[in-house]
Amino acid sequence: MNEDILKRVQANPKFAELVQKRSSLGWLLSIVMLAIYYGFILVLAFSPATLGASLSGGVTTVGIPVGIFIIVSAFVLTGIYVRKANTEFDQLNQQIVEEAKK
Amino acid sequence: MKSWMKSAALASLCLLPAFAMAAGAIDGEVKKQATNWTAIIMFLLFVSGTLYITYWAARRTQSASDFYTGGGGITGFQNGLAIAGDYMSAASFLGISAMVFEKGYDGLIYSMGFLVGWPIILFLVAERLRNLGKFTFADVASYRLQQTPVRTFAATGTLVVVALYLIAQMVGAGKLIQLLFGLDYSTAVILVGVLMVMYVMFGGMLATTWVQIIKAVILLSGASFMAFMVMASVGFSPEALFQKATEVHAKGVAIMSPGKADPIDSISLGLALMFGTAGLPHILMRFFTVSNAKEARKSVFYATGFIGYFYILTFIIGFGAIVLVLNQPAFMETIVKDGKQVTQLLGGNNMAAIHLSHAVGGDLFYGFISAVAFATILAVVAGLTLSGASAVSHDLYASVIKKGKANEKDEMRVSKLTTLALGVIAIVLGLVFEKQNIAFMVGLAFSIAASANFPVLFLSMFWKGLTTRGAVIGGAIGLVSAVVMIILGPAVWVDVMGHAKGSAPFPYKNPALFSMSLAFFFTWLFSVLDTSKSAAEEKAKFDAQFVRSMTGIGASGASKH
Repeated sequence: MNEDILKRVQANPKFAELVQKRSSLGWLLSIVMLAIYYGFILVLAFSPATLGASLSGGVTTVGIPVGIFIIVSAFVLTGIYVRKANTEFDQLNQQIVEEAKK
Repeated sequence: MKSWMKSAALASLCLLPAFAMAAGAIDGEVKKQATNWTAIIMFLLFVSGTLYITYWAARRTQSASDFYTGGGGITGFQNGLAIAGDYMSAASFLGISAMVFEKGYDGLIYSMGFLVGWPIILFLVAERLRNLGKFTFADVASYRLQQTPVRTFAATGTLVVVALYLIAQMVGAGKLIQLLFGLDYSTAVILVGVLMVMYVMFGGMLATTWVQIIKAVILLSGASFMAFMVMASVGFSPEALFQKATEVHAKGVAIMSPGKADPIDSISLGLALMFGTAGLPHILMRFFTVSNAKEARKSVFYATGFIGYFYILTFIIGFGAIVLVLNQPAFMETIVKDGKQVTQLLGGNNMAAIHLSHAVGGDLFYGFISAVAFATILAVVAGLTLSGASAVSHDLYASVIKKGKANEKDEMRVSKLTTLALGVIAIVLGLVFEKQNIAFMVGLAFSIAASANFPVLFLSMFWKGLTTRGAVIGGAIGLVSAVVMIILGPAVWVDVMGHAKGSAPFPYKNPALFSMSLAFFFTWLFSVLDTSKSAAEEKAKFDAQFVRSMTGIGASGASKH
């Protein structure tokens, strides 16, 4: 990448917007995922009985739906990010790349 | 095989306690029956199919780029399947279903850790990695740093992780084929080594990718069928499944709750699994096979879906094995361990899923699943070998030794020779580590990936202040501390070296919490203290790197054929 293109991209307010939007969504979703997973690990470590409690009187424990929820949440969170990135971020990025070439 | 089915049916009628079985007779009988022609034919079909693909791919693999990335034109969906194929290793399929079979709920906890790393890879790593790199993750780590030290470090990290992961796969392969064909463990390991070298050496990334895609599709189909049959056997009621499992399992209702775990160890394991995924060289390499950041992103989305679905299946399969396989004389054997007679699953607990396939689908499906499990191992070892070979030829040979001026033909030759060498090493290690629990071996690989590769890769993309000195010293501390803590920890000190229980100098099984922290801290410290001229230049190059990582301007695209 030559200096001119670099300077034009950096000077483009859309670049700042892209960086801001993409980073904040990325970090936000990362924190949500980390909170869900480490929340689970902490319950596991300090109060395993909570997860071992019966769900509705039978042998199925609370831990089972919680486990399924964590697996599904990982998939849903990636879906949210990809949807947002493929539409909004990519459009913005496309504009930045084109404006830098002029 | 019919007599096996008959004895299984008989056994389910009388539910004999496991210890009442005549061990020798069952052992011998099963070994003879193990020459299962259905399984052999299916296995040969898979091998000939994949060798044909290798032949097809070999003609399209001309350049170094073809060899390392399959030309870079693989779609997001294909790559998602291939990533899932890479990740759903024998350790996942056999190891996690074995863990569920053995400990119940704890197996699910383990698989969760394997999955939650994926969203993090997508949110923070995938796009930047694709925009900055070309063939290996070292391309990204060394983007603005000094090539020789950083690439040497990255190649070392790659090779250590690859070696550990390979051991787990080779052991799984040896045991599986031993059971399936009645072949010697060593013959089986050699067979895997030879096939894996052929795929990679001749077909490069293109063959490896298609082997992984095919394997992912047949593994997911097979596992889906098994889980379906398990659920059908209990009238599609999870409660009924768990109820039956707790009745027959030696641990009773305890299998429905998390077992006793040390808090520090749990957190440490979680870190290793989560961030280790983002530091696995053979996984990171897959991001360079797609044409751009958008496809890279889609790959992770599909991969997360497939992998998550697969882990739910392994959970059902593990419980299914408790209900349908455990204590059925046809599937059990008695061996002598530490001077005591122990009754266990035929071939060990790692065979839980394989036996279940026989219980739910008879000979034909048993043959199919055996072939699938074998295909699984072949695909993963091929991916690992390719990644190890790339580290040697692209990072060490072309960049470090030849200073980026390597002749492409020579580079290809080096990668092929390395593939051959890795095949030999994998066979030797597979023989040495026969008796280890394979799911646990992968845990070790993850700790090192999380403590050595991930901190350097992450900081190189996110922190302007990173310098060569910081990256190499910090990363090396992460690598060495993870290895030392594993050796001094209970997993090696007690279980492998045979010291007394509780005597391990390092008390935790999983070192990642400590080794990762050390790596991040020293990488930061030595970068901050680095006031050299080159350090200032490296920091100055960050802005250009950042723009490229965000926009993809200047990123290497798909090569044309």
